[in-house]
Amino acid sequence: MREITIPIDDETIRSLKAGDTVALTGVMMTGRDAVHKWLMDTFINKTRQPQGDDLEVYEAIKKILDHGVLYHCGPVVSGIETGDYKFVAAGPTTSIREEPYEATVIKHFNIKGVIGKGGMGPNTLKACQETPAVYFHAVGGAASLIAQSVQRVLGVYKLEFGVPEAMWVIEVKAFPVIVTMDSHGNSLHKSVLESSQARYRELIGA
Amino acid sequence: MQPDLTQELLELVRLTATSLPADVEQTIAAARDKEDAGSVARSVLDTILRNVQMAREHSTPICQDTGTPIFYVDIPAGWSIREFRRQIEAAVAEATRRVYLRPNAVNSLTGKNTGNNLGDEYFPTVHFHEVDGDTVTVRLMLKGGGSENVSTQYKLPDTRLHAGRDLEGVYKVVMDAVYQAQGKGCAPGFLGVGIGGDRGSSFYAAKEALWRTLDEPNPDPELDALERRITEDANKLGIGPMGLGGKTTVMATRIKAIHRLPACYFVSIAYMCWAYRRHTMIYRNGQVEYK
Repeated sequence: MREITIPIDDETIRSLKAGDTVALTGVMMTGRDAVHKWLMDTFINKTRQPQGDDLEVYEAIKKILDHGVLYHCGPVVSGIETGDYKFVAAGPTTSIREEPYEATVIKHFNIKGVIGKGGMGPNTLKACQETPAVYFHAVGGAASLIAQSVQRVLGVYKLEFGVPEAMWVIEVKAFPVIVTMDSHGNSLHKSVLESSQARYRELIGA
Repeated sequence: MQPDLTQELLELVRLTATSLPADVEQTIAAARDKEDAGSVARSVLDTILRNVQMAREHSTPICQDTGTPIFYVDIPAGWSIREFRRQIEAAVAEATRRVYLRPNAVNSLTGKNTGNNLGDEYFPTVHFHEVDGDTVTVRLMLKGGGSENVSTQYKLPDTRLHAGRDLEGVYKVVMDAVYQAQGKGCAPGFLGVGIGGDRGSSFYAAKEALWRTLDEPNPDPELDALERRITEDANKLGIGPMGLGGKTTVMATRIKAIHRLPACYFVSIAYMCWAYRRHTMIYRNGQVEYK
């Protein structure tokens, strides 16, 4: 297993291949459906005027995401009432829902790694080649285990999106992931899809 | 006078969110042993088993998506359903406060999360049945959104799949559902299959089928054979744990057939992720038992 520290440089990203197991250490941020919609509408397509603390949050997350890692995760967090936040359960959510936006978001913020589950599509794969960046797969549902690798919650933005949808800034140590889409155009998801398709056709006689 | 079972129901929620049933854990362990040493599939299943153990030890959610709470309540005559629902709601809200559950109820129009897992009469979902005798049985299933998103329904005949209105047609569409799902429903999964009904009752039957434990065969020999065939063939697809390749894609299939309309032949697939969370609470003569 390779140990990689965030922020990650381009050389390290280029050295990663689909199938590699990695332990990530450093500061990352969670973001899923509501965050992608908010970013696209407010700062990329600009169909919505920035409101409230939007601009302030945008400036703050730019620093976290540059050479950084975005985690598709809707955690269970304790201490919501007191502000003494602790990650209790924090497995990945399905990434493909962000496929329409992720390529743009990766390039916009110069993100080096996206963590999620289920893999992503051709647009994200292309962005991984161009930026460069990789897709890290975490074990879906391994929520208690992953929460143990979260050392500290450094802060939260847009808690009004709800606990699962807010942007949680976390410090992790040896967060276990598998590279399933690399910066050379390889996707384990694509190759499993293709090989399973051939067997599926044989079995149902289609 | 109907007793207040809020505390007992809270324990049912805690148990279901944090402790995987024994039959499910054993099935995952058996699947782990079948995968090649050093494979991604085995390492994923090892991680899953470690996580299951850790969740139980720390009493923390197995998966952060604690899902839709679906309750099935067998209630004796004379008990108030409205009062029982209030107790369930109190238990669910308290379980959320104690972080056994993630706040999961989102208003579809405003996007606002209620913060306590209480939405409308559909959230949490509670199915009541009146029974003879004085025993109350409460079954709780927590079903995550990822697996719900790959759950699907077919209408036979399906011309694309050359699937007719018979069990061979059922086989084809279920295999299609597994193929389409790839690893996205948190494979390796379990399939609840409903045959017949209308669109709503068909899905209800599919979820109900998931209550049969993994050591119990289907009472109908023909359906039992179909369940085994689907599980075996699904594992030939090579999708594997998390869709990263491997021998284990589906760990069991559970089918329930119900009556249908002459014009309709629905097949509903309730895809259940590996975190197959279901527990039962039995209340009798002031005593509570959990299984």
